[in-house]
Amino acid sequence: MPLRHVTPAAPSSFPVRIWRGGADGRFELYDVPRHASQTVLDVVSHVQRHIDPTLAYRYACRVGMCGSCAMTVNGKARWTCRTHVDAVTTAGTLEVAPLNHLPIIRDLVVDMAPFFDKWAAARGAFMPTATRHDDFARVAPLSPQRRAIDATIECIGCAVCYSSCDVVGWRPDYLGPAALNRAWTLVNDVRDGGGDARLQAVAGDAGCLSCHTHQSCTERCPKQLAPTAAIAGLKRLVALAVVKGRL
Amino acid sequence: MPRRGPAVPSARAAAWRFVLQRASAAALALCVVVHLATIIYAVRHGLSSAAIVARVRGNAVWPAFYLLFVVAVAIHAPLGLRNVADEWLGLRGRGVNVLAVAFGLLVLGMGLFAVRTLAG
Amino acid sequence: MLPKAPAAPLAEPRGVRGKSRRNDARARTHPAYWAFVVHRVSGVALALFLPLHFVTLSQALARPASFDAFLAWTHQPAVRLAESLLVLALAAHFAGGVRLLLVEFVGWRADWQKTAIAVAVAAALACTLLFAMSA
Repeated sequence: MPLRHVTPAAPSSFPVRIWRGGADGRFELYDVPRHASQTVLDVVSHVQRHIDPTLAYRYACRVGMCGSCAMTVNGKARWTCRTHVDAVTTAGTLEVAPLNHLPIIRDLVVDMAPFFDKWAAARGAFMPTATRHDDFARVAPLSPQRRAIDATIECIGCAVCYSSCDVVGWRPDYLGPAALNRAWTLVNDVRDGGGDARLQAVAGDAGCLSCHTHQSCTERCPKQLAPTAAIAGLKRLVALAVVKGRL
Repeated sequence: MPRRGPAVPSARAAAWRFVLQRASAAALALCVVVHLATIIYAVRHGLSSAAIVARVRGNAVWPAFYLLFVVAVAIHAPLGLRNVADEWLGLRGRGVNVLAVAFGLLVLGMGLFAVRTLAG
Repeated sequence: MLPKAPAAPLAEPRGVRGKSRRNDARARTHPAYWAFVVHRVSGVALALFLPLHFVTLSQALARPASFDAFLAWTHQPAVRLAESLLVLALAAHFAGGVRLLLVEFVGWRADWQKTAIAVAVAAALACTLLFAMSA
């Protein structure tokens, strides 16, 4: 989408709809000055600093590293600090809402607890088997398992994928792409002792088996990860495990 | 110490449903190719009922093929519908399992009857 | 410098904590999502059609003479159209299903995904046209 040229000497303003309130809140309209290279985070910050200080929102690094600023922009979950207004504004309107599928605390702030609870339920934590007396583990960097980990380890838990996944919307207990993606990295970790217990945690109707390959997660992940691939890998392992009687 | 999340019920049952769904899908992939090919063949050649019946009853492979087809569908369709019922109609737990099994038995019964009629 | 207070103070949010917002159509514009919709709709249609299929087939086969009459009836354009839609459903569900089996059991390559969907669509349409034009 071509950048609209904005003359610095005469900045225009444009309407922005921002979600206010809780789950039964509503969109409020704000008039925000338009600048070149403006990000959605710039817009939200402007509203909070110059128009309405009661607007609640989250951000931290503002340079696309932490994932704290994730919100729903024109219906799609994105990092607002890395979303240029010009790139997403359709028909001149910008709509900013909190992430979907997570309880709204207020305005653009959601409760991330369910997201991380499911991370824990998927046994998304490393389970060590060695002690300080053991030698370092030797992991071949080009082994298939390590390459599988490399492809998906960069997840920073921003919840954009979780928010984008319709299965999460349809099944409240579905663990979601991020938790399953993390479980996949651990399943492939030769040092990890999670074993079949982790496979059991990610099987079931609430686990990897309910993924319908919408690929919304892969489509939206700001780090270009592919949770769909990780979940497919888990499906294979779960199928193998149950057929061999290990589940 | 992370908070404990929701327990995952009956992983083994769900995993078996998944395996059956995918295995029957693979079987059906072969069956459907054959089925579509025969249907298109019959339509293109304008086969009469006598011709179709004669071909089907003339070779023991056909009834066996359709038997496999029916069994695979009786496994595959209910499991698929079960997901749809759960996700889009909110039917969960024992109720949806009963419905799935009932539909499977219905399809199996009707299908076996059709195969028997086909085989003559 | 303190920002100005809002002209009309926001009413105290009566938000029910614990409720969330949902996706709408804007989050469902990528090809893989539509492939899922086609797969699910075709699957449900086929599942619901199946009992009818078995009944008509059994009845027609039980009496060969009426099977001929049945075949003649299927030559009507409206019936042919309905049959073509069924073939489309079957071919689409089959092609999409093969794609899913490949993704789940053979492996994932990011650059093959859209191609795989395109191939599935093409195969389904080709099969349907082959049937429909043979009427």
